[in-house]
Amino acid sequence: MAKTVRETIKEIVYYHLKKKKFLAMGQCLSAVGWVGGTLPELYEKDGMIELSMADVAGGGIATGAALAGKRPIYIIRYQGFNWYNAPMILNYACKSKELWNVSCPIFIRSIAMEGKIGPVAGSSHHSLYYRMPGIKIVSPMTPKEYKGIYEKFMKGDDVYYVSEHRGSFNNHKELIDVEINRPNLVIFAISITRFEAKKAVEILNKKNFRISLCNILWIKPFKVKKKMINQLKKAKYGGLVIDDDYEDGIAKNIANDLSIISNKKIHTLGLKNKSAGFSKKGDNLPPDCKEIISKIEKILVKK
Amino acid sequence: MRDKNLEIFKKVSFVRHFELQVFKNIKNKNIKIPAYLSAGQEFISSSLSYFIIKELKIKPLIFAQHRCHATYLNFGGNPKKLIDELLGKKSGTNSGLGGSASISSKKINMFGHDGHMGTQMPIGLGACFASKKPTIIFLGDASIEEDYVMSSIGWASFKKLPILIIVEDNNLSILTQKKVRRHWEANDLAKGLKMKSVNIKDDPKDIEKSKKLFFKEPFLMNINTTRLFWHAGAGEDDYKRFDRYEYTKKKIGSIGKEIDQKIKMEVSNLWQKQLEKQ
Repeated sequence: MAKTVRETIKEIVYYHLKKKKFLAMGQCLSAVGWVGGTLPELYEKDGMIELSMADVAGGGIATGAALAGKRPIYIIRYQGFNWYNAPMILNYACKSKELWNVSCPIFIRSIAMEGKIGPVAGSSHHSLYYRMPGIKIVSPMTPKEYKGIYEKFMKGDDVYYVSEHRGSFNNHKELIDVEINRPNLVIFAISITRFEAKKAVEILNKKNFRISLCNILWIKPFKVKKKMINQLKKAKYGGLVIDDDYEDGIAKNIANDLSIISNKKIHTLGLKNKSAGFSKKGDNLPPDCKEIISKIEKILVKK
Repeated sequence: MRDKNLEIFKKVSFVRHFELQVFKNIKNKNIKIPAYLSAGQEFISSSLSYFIIKELKIKPLIFAQHRCHATYLNFGGNPKKLIDELLGKKSGTNSGLGGSASISSKKINMFGHDGHMGTQMPIGLGACFASKKPTIIFLGDASIEEDYVMSSIGWASFKKLPILIIVEDNNLSILTQKKVRRHWEANDLAKGLKMKSVNIKDDPKDIEKSKKLFFKEPFLMNINTTRLFWHAGAGEDDYKRFDRYEYTKKKIGSIGKEIDQKIKMEVSNLWQKQLEKQ
């Protein structure tokens, strides 16, 4: 059987530390589960650095390690923690090359999950980084995508925000774009929503809804295959961007870009504009298959 | 000892006259950006650079604060490039992008400052931890109050790194005095975090006493000093200030005046040449 995303990440971290002699750092790395089984059981002598629980300083320490040429993999166990971890990464590491001609490459492993974990720990928060210059944002959900992103990081000297999702860790399959001849609508799905979007498209297309699906790996710079843009240009009812972050973030930015490129109306679907509670009823979860289908039905019926 | 004092005095004199030229060129609008003058605080980096580079023969990683002209000049930065940077020219230290507060130089291992108070502490700490190279970090008495600075001092102490933390304590955040902001001293904080520390004046003799501890273990020096001019720009605050440069010049007599005049001329010519290139 092919390797899962979890196994792929674990192998990459091992290679980064033991073969390349670089660093991985973060909080509570060696605690129960080794960050969802994505870390090899290595310690400070191997380059696996347990930081103190000071989030803001942690981002600065990772930045300094990058200045020293150690290409740190900086592990943030819940994406919401970026509110405190991001300041020095965005204001120093991301600007370092431009302002001081000094490379400061960091591979930020920012991990999302959701479901009864409250207003901070849940979901993706990649929009937080999106507006700033000097950052690359990707959201790999398959083993091949993850490996490719790591290789690109190692060849360059940029800061990468790698928006992971625990829901993808068991995945061992690649996700393929769905191209329909003269589609009614094209879905552009980000992060964990790609799995639900795939299910929704299968169901809808069985009912002859004619929906194409484009998997977004590169969020910033925004990259999609030209053929998917051509699909959008031909789509009768435009497109739909789906995200695991708040709808008032990257989803709307990408929708705007796509709208300008294609001259089509682009809809969005993401987290609702409310705080997530800890109970099932009060939670704020990413759009699931049912919600995606419902949204598409509404778009098509309204037209 | 006298030679050493004169060497340090010369370094101080160079920075003083450099900063007086900055002052003048802000006034006559050749410099059009916010500038943070080191005048009054020169003895700290002049003394430290003398002891670290000349005597200990160490070339540390340097993480300065926004008020960084003296650090750059004393640790071997090219003054012409700093002038050009302040004038916003491509030939400046940072191609005119760094301004006054974000000066960097690969040649002297000096990293730029991002403009957020105290970030040089965790960033410098990370560089020190990852490289294990001697690292000197300059902070102001206000930036030591940043929460991430405090936690970084704790981690530096815990990891026993070759790090020297210098608090250039001019008692002011813009114009808000320390006594309004807190009831503790930086050295108290360091001691609480199990790091050796001192609280001294910016007299070279006092600074030298701690030389043996430099980069042997984590060490914090709170050095009391005086900011001569405004927080930013060319102006003088309305309060009585002690000026160690003038005090020392007077103390060492005619040789002090001689050095002062000679360096004043040297710096003036340097500025003139760079301005003519505009």
